[in-house]
Amino acid sequence: MTMTAERPSPAADPLAAAVSDAEAWPEPTARAEPGGSEKVTEMVIVNWSGELDRIWPTLILASAAAASGVRCRVFVTFWGLLPFVRDGVRITGDNWMQRMLSFMQRPGIDHLKLTKMNLIGMGPWMIGKLRRQYNIASPRELLAACEALGVEFIPCQMSMDMFGIRREDLIDGMGEPAGAATTIALMTKAEASLFI
Amino acid sequence: MELLEINTNVDARGLTCPMPIVRAAQAMKTLPSGALVEVLATDPGAPKDFAAWCRTTGNELLDQTSDGAVYRFVIRRK
Repeated sequence: MTMTAERPSPAADPLAAAVSDAEAWPEPTARAEPGGSEKVTEMVIVNWSGELDRIWPTLILASAAAASGVRCRVFVTFWGLLPFVRDGVRITGDNWMQRMLSFMQRPGIDHLKLTKMNLIGMGPWMIGKLRRQYNIASPRELLAACEALGVEFIPCQMSMDMFGIRREDLIDGMGEPAGAATTIALMTKAEASLFI
Repeated sequence: MELLEINTNVDARGLTCPMPIVRAAQAMKTLPSGALVEVLATDPGAPKDFAAWCRTTGNELLDQTSDGAVYRFVIRRK
């Protein structure tokens, strides 16, 4: 007897198979509160990275969560703050170190590097070309979707101070800056938390 | 299947994850409870994604068909 003989035969209808797969999953975490109102499922993403290949999943998961009726908050910290600097702001900070940092690591959603195979910009250029070829939403488009669906972006106050990034340097619609204690409070209350 | 009165159409053909469900969610926001939305998508992940999305949101997947290239979903708003 071969191993393959024991495997169940593939379902004739892939659509039906997909539905039965999804129905076998556990119930969603939304549950009834004693007061009678349904608790909203919550998700927190700590967005630490500022690279294209990490901002992308952050924004995809945040927009998908919000589209699924999940209240999604994204705590934007350290390198993760830089893509949320508004268009037209090039050099940030007051002292020479902050200004040099922003010169070397260009802020903004359109100027993202890759964590690997960056190749002085060749990697992101190729990814961008493939993205357009396959009609995949760009980080900018995903950010707009997140904003339209009510994803809350919370900038990290300490990172803002360190990089010398002021609130007016950040895109519109960012929430009130906050710190680790706020994030911990949100994460311990949420059903899902991610660090990206 | 009886003929369904569709309230809104969402054309997500050519779009990739997660835009089909983002577009569907945006359309749902403008509609009252019980409204029917027809979604067209070509993303091969769409059948799984829409089944999961309906499960998370509580919207009801009434019908799904495919002509091989295009998937069609009829969803009732929660």
